[in-house]
Amino acid sequence: MNTNTPLTSRNPLTFKQKVLPVWNQLGMLIILILLCAIMAMFAPYFTEVHNILNILKQSSITAILAAGMTVVILTGGIDLSVGSTLALSGVISVMLTNAGIPPVLAMLTGAAVGYIAGFINGYFTAVTKLPAFVVTLGSMTYLRGIAFVISGGLPLVLTNKFFIFFGAGSMLGVPTPIYIMAVVYVIMFFVLKYTMFGRHLYAIGGNEEAARLTGIKVERTLINVYSISGLMAGIAGVVMAGRVISGQPNAGISFELDAIAAVILGGTSFVGGVGKIQGTIIGVLIMAVLSNGLTLLDVDFYWQMIVKGIVIVIAVLLDKFRN
Amino acid sequence: MSRVANSLINRKPQGTHSNEIVLSMDGIYKSFSGVQVLRDIHLDLYKGEVHALMGENGAGKSTLMKIMAGIYRPDSGKIVYQGQETVWHNPLEARGKGISVIHQEISLSPNLTIGENILMGTKFPKNRLGLIQWDVIHKQAKTILESIGSSLDPRTKVSELSVAQQQIVEIARALSFNSEVLIMDEPTASLTDKEIDKLFVIIDDLRQRGVAIVYISHRMDEIFRISDRCTVLRDGQWISSHPISQTNPELLVKQMVGRELSDLFLKTFTPPSLAEKEPVLELITVSDKDIVDKVSLKIHPGEIVGLAGLVGAGRTELFRTIFGISKMTTGEIRLDGKRVTIKSPIEAMKHGIAHVPESRKEQGLFPNLSVKENIIMNQMHTYRKAGVLQYERMNPEIDKYIKDLGVRTASPEQNVMGLSGGNQQKVVIARWLSIGPKVLLLDEPTRGVDVGAKTEIHKIICELAEKGLAVLMVSSELPEILAVSDRILVMHEGKLKAELSREEATQEKIMYYATGEIKK
Repeated sequence: MNTNTPLTSRNPLTFKQKVLPVWNQLGMLIILILLCAIMAMFAPYFTEVHNILNILKQSSITAILAAGMTVVILTGGIDLSVGSTLALSGVISVMLTNAGIPPVLAMLTGAAVGYIAGFINGYFTAVTKLPAFVVTLGSMTYLRGIAFVISGGLPLVLTNKFFIFFGAGSMLGVPTPIYIMAVVYVIMFFVLKYTMFGRHLYAIGGNEEAARLTGIKVERTLINVYSISGLMAGIAGVVMAGRVISGQPNAGISFELDAIAAVILGGTSFVGGVGKIQGTIIGVLIMAVLSNGLTLLDVDFYWQMIVKGIVIVIAVLLDKFRN
Repeated sequence: MSRVANSLINRKPQGTHSNEIVLSMDGIYKSFSGVQVLRDIHLDLYKGEVHALMGENGAGKSTLMKIMAGIYRPDSGKIVYQGQETVWHNPLEARGKGISVIHQEISLSPNLTIGENILMGTKFPKNRLGLIQWDVIHKQAKTILESIGSSLDPRTKVSELSVAQQQIVEIARALSFNSEVLIMDEPTASLTDKEIDKLFVIIDDLRQRGVAIVYISHRMDEIFRISDRCTVLRDGQWISSHPISQTNPELLVKQMVGRELSDLFLKTFTPPSLAEKEPVLELITVSDKDIVDKVSLKIHPGEIVGLAGLVGAGRTELFRTIFGISKMTTGEIRLDGKRVTIKSPIEAMKHGIAHVPESRKEQGLFPNLSVKENIIMNQMHTYRKAGVLQYERMNPEIDKYIKDLGVRTASPEQNVMGLSGGNQQKVVIARWLSIGPKVLLLDEPTRGVDVGAKTEIHKIICELAEKGLAVLMVSSELPEILAVSDRILVMHEGKLKAELSREEATQEKIMYYATGEIKK
């Protein structure tokens, strides 16, 4: 698989210290590789380039959402509103494009709508100290409502070629969403590892009280965290609109749950402070490979749900034992 | 002073208790993970007496109390209750037999009514359909409340009550189990004088009814006002038991402390003529909204000032006010002679104040991060280039702290939770030194640290002072205060009660002021 291979230790450490974190990180990668091996053996066409690209393309939306979700869960929070944000930003960007606004501007506006929705979540979570679960449960509902109201409840057909290219086009034989996903993950890796914001996020997730006493601006950081999650949902919404060639108010229903599942599969702790973006992409791919392989094996969609659900529970269980 | 004590003694009713022993403990031993916390403890409790249990923080009072109430089981020793040798398997069993505890923190469910809280843990009366009969519950609760002279309505929600009223509900609940023995842990800690008077009337009434009361308190005046006898513990050992009429506050304090300054690091260097230097930090009548009450003090560069007092004296709160965590309601803070306003930890840090908090685990460490990141967290911003963190550049600085403070870690990349308590504390201290502070606030710097590491930390503190840092240190361990400080301030109930020089300070003197006995 062409995933970025995670974690190489930098400094000389004892044997145990060297092996444990690598093992912790590789655990899910091993499961992914095993899964791929099984699918390669039994599922027809699984290993063909076309199918691999298809898997990546299909997972790109969830992957972008999960990147934002990782940041939120690292601080010990949760964002249930990303599916609805995705729908709203898709509807708005298509609407603006159809109204004659330059597509680039319309798409940027779509992303900005996501950012603003996230900022509002962040404000209520960080400043008024409401539980993130409740705040984003609320915004999940009202954002979806807004998407329905402004679209009149009907899908808006997208005709602009440039816009469609972002969701359904391809460059050098690789679908565009895969590039976008790759860029998002590279930037996110960098932000988490090499910026103060990234390290502060880990500090807050590990011990919010200590972070505050250490002079970290906890509220501001948390607002940024939810804003980033919203921005990711906004970008995903634009990509989604391009891919389905329409702005649909009922797009992305229950996508937040897929994103959360991927983050948890990727080894990020629900308690906060522990996890890596590399893990999240592995979690996303486990889910994508599973549904792709099961489809190729002609497994009924309802049965796929049962299998996926069981895999999530077992994977997390294995993860718990390993740690 | 003894005149004060005598007048206190004269006011309290004497010898009302019978000679019938209700509970007797003999040769009680208890250790936690290898640390002996109780050694050969004796305690006889008579029917209808108020028995004061006294000792410093960590003397073993609460452990003994918890053994009495069946929360812990002793490693060895005998408990005889109502004439029978007894082993409590759990607190419910002890409570069922008539031993109730009122813990220091109120343990009521605020969202339920007074009646529910009082009868919680008993079987609620039900009708034929298996539904709860609320009328009966409230009637029963009302009877209990009235028996201690309270007119509270059992249908009121507990969240609507004052702390004192909640305390009454706690007592009523304890009585609902027909208690023979009632253990009260610092019941007056958050009560006003008037409320204390009321509580004492209730206690006196319970005593008349033959209930034996174990009364834990740090307040000397209360002990002499309410109790019949007292037992003193020190470092987990039984020191004495006698009728309160045969002792006095000075003697009790002596029995409570009486520890030696053996094997502790002793500060040798005392900066000359401190008074001539300008103070680096000066507080003028600083108060907060809770407890800190018009505290004024000065600290000079190179000086270590120990802040002594009992738990709850407001020392931590004073630190939190200086550091901008809690709000200062009156007074002013001056740094290098200039008045400053500090509204957040960030502002305090900018003024060169460092704060090593009381609880390493809850307030100090990032348990998910490495030693390296724990050390550098406050100074990360100085290792950026165009917003990008340069980890390589941090290494020399981090190695320097690890070496200077003697942090024993396999590698800077090791997770900080893999270190011993003492080394974790050094990591927290290193983080605060990294900001280059002028004033260092240390809150219980050696709590949960073994003896060897303690000495090392004391040495570090003294070396820092020699380099010109002003150190203000809160500690509940008197030997530590005496070993390290140039000057000692004693707090009691939010007020600064005394200032003692290194030469004149003794454990007895400090305890004397810390328990609120004022010479005049």
